[in-house]
Amino acid sequence: MSEIVVASPPHRRRKFTRNRHFRRVLPWLVVIAIFLLWQLFVDGFRIESFVLPSPTEIFAAGWQWKGPILVNSWQTFMTTAIGFVAAIVFGLVAGVAIGSSSLVYDGFYPALVGFNTIPKVAVVPILIIWFGVGSIPAIITAFLLSFFPILVNVATGIATVEPELQDVLRALGASKWQMIRKVGLPRAMPYFFASLKVAITVAFVGSIIAETVGSNAGIGNLMLVASSRFEVPLAFAGLLVTGAMGIAMYAVAGAIEARMTGWATRGSGGNT
Amino acid sequence: MKNFVDMYDVSLRYGEDGDGTLALEHATMRVDSGEFVAVVGPSGCGKSTLMKVVTGLWAPTAGGITVNGKEVDRPLSIAGMAFQNPTMLPWRTTLENVMLPLEIVAPHAGKLKRERTGYEGKARDLLKLVGLTGFEQKFPWQLSGGMQQRASICRALIHDTKLLMLDEPFGALDMFTREELWLAMQDIWLARRPTVVLVTHDLREAVFLADRIFVMSARPGRMIAERKVELPRARTLSMTYEPYSVALVQDLRDHISAAREAA
Repeated sequence: MSEIVVASPPHRRRKFTRNRHFRRVLPWLVVIAIFLLWQLFVDGFRIESFVLPSPTEIFAAGWQWKGPILVNSWQTFMTTAIGFVAAIVFGLVAGVAIGSSSLVYDGFYPALVGFNTIPKVAVVPILIIWFGVGSIPAIITAFLLSFFPILVNVATGIATVEPELQDVLRALGASKWQMIRKVGLPRAMPYFFASLKVAITVAFVGSIIAETVGSNAGIGNLMLVASSRFEVPLAFAGLLVTGAMGIAMYAVAGAIEARMTGWATRGSGGNT
Repeated sequence: MKNFVDMYDVSLRYGEDGDGTLALEHATMRVDSGEFVAVVGPSGCGKSTLMKVVTGLWAPTAGGITVNGKEVDRPLSIAGMAFQNPTMLPWRTTLENVMLPLEIVAPHAGKLKRERTGYEGKARDLLKLVGLTGFEQKFPWQLSGGMQQRASICRALIHDTKLLMLDEPFGALDMFTREELWLAMQDIWLARRPTVVLVTHDLREAVFLADRIFVMSARPGRMIAERKVELPRARTLSMTYEPYSVALVQDLRDHISAAREAA
């Protein structure tokens, strides 16, 4: 009898963690738990609001300043989106070029790696000298940060086509472009969409860096102004909004990925 | 046709500056049209290189190849290839995978859009021949390894293939699936009579399928022996255990062992 008693609890517990609804709410529970701990920490140690504001203060500030936050988030969102779209176009084209030709790869890749290593914060002042204070430096910074992961992933997908498959196609008389279109590009799509999730988040980082260094609009600018006026809860509210936008865009990229390349993730229930 | 494939005195050295490995040395092989030929040899003897030379993917360093009376100086689109790895495209259905060559090879690529139904019928016929009816709309990852390999052979045959080049196509399969595919391969060959060059490690496989067997030496590869298989068609698996076949396998083994020791 005792065996049954011992055996049943782990069974039940496993069922609970596998529960779909539980999985769905789990991320929210984690976020709420973080905020709760944060609140307790700030209240418990009586930390001043200009050092670390509590979540309630942050939300209050966010509500109070909802107008400017909305306007500036929209600005940041737009600069990010434009830079990101440019990064997709450039990343795809350059990725195909680099992935399909070892000549282009050998020639350009080292320079690209070098370029990618340059901290983009250092570039923003130059962009401001060239284009003035405004949206354009932010768009370009978002682009500069986000094209590299896209490019590298597309190039990898195209360069790693199985040699046997290349032989089959070459024997049929396939042109380079046919091999890219029929095999290389479809094959690179899972890599491409995976890279979008990384790229969209770094694009946000790029926009906000540029807005912080020199701009008159956007969440980055709002946070800069807020902290210069010691409105620390507002600065934190800006951070939260940025994080939320990042998660939302990541989710959109993830949903597109699941739709477009379900064949690549068939292991996890996509067995249609 | 006599000497459909005529490979005479072919040598191939890798690398452009002439100091790479010598993969083939004075290799000569003649295959009649509609004949099924197997090439066996010790590991690394240049069997796969032979495939690439015959299909025109690599130009020989010395010697030459004609197929169907024409000098091979470019990739040979009348040839179809299948490898140990079935290399199906995971985003295409089985039918679409089989039809891939039609989108590329010259006379078909232009007509494919207009005569789609006709071509689809051809693909379905081939799939039926290998027992894959009902799997046309399935994706490769929904098929077993043996089924993928059957589809891969269909893909190699779809574009009115005159010459089928098989590089250890059954090498990664378990014994029972392999034997099933030998039978399927024999059915295909009897139904369509393509010229086949099968590169394999499996001597029983060579005896079961081939009309003639070439034995290659260790690298640099050349033909050191040639055996005719005098078994009636259609062959049965049990024939491979008859004394005649066993003796032939032994004989081939001895040649390969000798070649390995010489290396």
